[in-house]
Amino acid sequence: MSNEGTNERRLTIARAMAESIQQEMQNDARVFVMGEDIGELGGVFGNTRGLLEEFGKERIRDTPISETAFISAAVGAAQDGMRPVVELMFVDFFGVCFDAIYNLMAKDIYFSGGGVKVPMVLMTSTGGGYSDAGQHSQCLYASFAHLPGMKVVSPSNAYDAKGLMTAAMRDDSPVVYMYHKRLQGMGWLGTEAGATVDTPEESYTVEIGKAKVVREGSDVTLVGLAMGVHNALKAADKLAEQGVSAEVVDLVSLVPLDRETVINSVAKTGRLIVVDEDYHSYGVSGEIIATVTEHDISKLKAAPKRVTYPDVPIPFARPMEQFCLPNPDKIVAAYKAM
Amino acid sequence: MQPTKEQKLWMYENMVVSRRFEEIIEKIYLEGKTPAFNMASGPIPGEMHLSNGQEPVAVGVCAHLNADDVATATHRPHHQAIAKGVDLNRMAAEIFGKKTGLSGGRGGHMHIFDPKVNFACAGIIAQGCGPACGAALSRKMQGKPGVAVSFLGEGAANQGAFHEALNLAGVWSLPVIFVIEDNAWGISVAKKDSTAVARNDVRAAAYGMPGHYIPGNDPYAIFDIAGEAIKRARDGGGPTLIEIETYRLAGHFMGDAEGYRPEGEKEKLFEKDPIPAMRQRLIADGDASDADLDAIEARAQAKVDEAIAFAKASDYAPETDALTSVFA
Repeated sequence: MSNEGTNERRLTIARAMAESIQQEMQNDARVFVMGEDIGELGGVFGNTRGLLEEFGKERIRDTPISETAFISAAVGAAQDGMRPVVELMFVDFFGVCFDAIYNLMAKDIYFSGGGVKVPMVLMTSTGGGYSDAGQHSQCLYASFAHLPGMKVVSPSNAYDAKGLMTAAMRDDSPVVYMYHKRLQGMGWLGTEAGATVDTPEESYTVEIGKAKVVREGSDVTLVGLAMGVHNALKAADKLAEQGVSAEVVDLVSLVPLDRETVINSVAKTGRLIVVDEDYHSYGVSGEIIATVTEHDISKLKAAPKRVTYPDVPIPFARPMEQFCLPNPDKIVAAYKAM
Repeated sequence: MQPTKEQKLWMYENMVVSRRFEEIIEKIYLEGKTPAFNMASGPIPGEMHLSNGQEPVAVGVCAHLNADDVATATHRPHHQAIAKGVDLNRMAAEIFGKKTGLSGGRGGHMHIFDPKVNFACAGIIAQGCGPACGAALSRKMQGKPGVAVSFLGEGAANQGAFHEALNLAGVWSLPVIFVIEDNAWGISVAKKDSTAVARNDVRAAAYGMPGHYIPGNDPYAIFDIAGEAIKRARDGGGPTLIEIETYRLAGHFMGDAEGYRPEGEKEKLFEKDPIPAMRQRLIADGDASDADLDAIEARAQAKVDEAIAFAKASDYAPETDALTSVFA
């Protein structure tokens, strides 16, 4: 990371997340962090680094490997006036604790008729591409976004990562904060350079539920989130070389979903490609396409396309995994097939 | 720790309120469900888990709690809610699914929330163990008074959530008390057929906390042990696990034919009904006269009648309320 003589303050997503939590903990004694290896180690993916030194073991709590216990404990603490941030180290581990997440965290506000608040953040790592196989590489965006009662966000860059985390910690409803490992800025995971961006030092929020047009264009709309945004931006560069103007929409948030920004973009371009590293079927890509076609199918000049992960568990071997993952060339090919 | 006369009478009154409440609920629940039992019919649809017979657990524990303390209950929550001081009118209305209910009809009888007295329910077995740990942690971190009690059934002691939560409570020395109501049956499966140990209190040793087993569904014995455990938690001594032998006088839920019970078991349980037993004991010990207890029972009945009348008189919420309160 280099500032190269500019006034830019380029942070990785990992550092942006840690800085957001640090600033909020300085301002709000109710905020604390729980999870596996988030203390001494600073988080396996670096997003709590430095916090233990400043705040101590009471507020930066390493937990036993008991996701059900500490996530449901966070629900209890949140209802009792605290604002916990808990980490599910890999989203793939949701299988051991999903009752605490979707039956408890996501339903207590509703089942209390709004009588209780559940101000907590469940942060969790997503994504593959580094040969960790199918229990440590999934995205599972749709699995969370499908179930009502949880807000779901996934930043594509450090600016959004910091602002979304601050917004999530200030929200009175549970927020699932999904960060993609390839964007974290951890060298050993092969970082996507575009995720490390200028990030203000002062605390700020990025609105949950608002998508962003991150590149303007007129011929096709590429919609993605997290890693998908970077694949879309690279595809847009390639398409530009061929005289095609692609607009790129970063969803930023899946719940609430900013359908309007997607609809407006497609109204302008008439073509839609959804990029999603989550599984192909029953997922984000289908939801985005349905959003557009339900609204006004006449705006489409061609059938929409999707570049997604096929409906198979994620394999270990590099050639097989890379074959399955979305990439810029697949997006370009999808456009050409329209 | 022995209850004072006032505490005994408080316990008795709350046991009677709970019993009378459930007797009326049972009657109304069956309206529209005969001759053919259809759970979806009648003024109170859905599952109905009655707690009659288990009242001593609720009152023996909650006699030591105040509104600031936290309790997490189960799918069988009425007795605990009443003993914790949950608003009976609004609880009744919730059971009917009315707008004036604690959650405006969104939760029903398995999801009773009353934040004013820090009472919450969870419909999934052992789901309340973790939140109780979290509430206890919250009090500890905020330096605020209060303990948390997690009520669960003996079947829940075989859930992973129970074991994870006990370990967390042990390792963080949290002010939480786990209270297992051992009614001997997990729906139709007997404890001896589901549980590798005869008594769950021995499991406390695995999590670095004291464990107690209380036989006999005895409200005074429950008061004693629970009182010591709650005092210990308040004093910073950490968590305790208590298993209490109690009796489920009803089926798992209404409509349960209970064919799994050995012949004669129900009759024997009714002979040990804790409410008449406590009444006799209060008189025998000179704590109350027949007239005193008649007055208490009349007062209990009046509370229940008022709650049921309130629920019946309340309107249903607009259907579109279904679409609200998803987020805070």
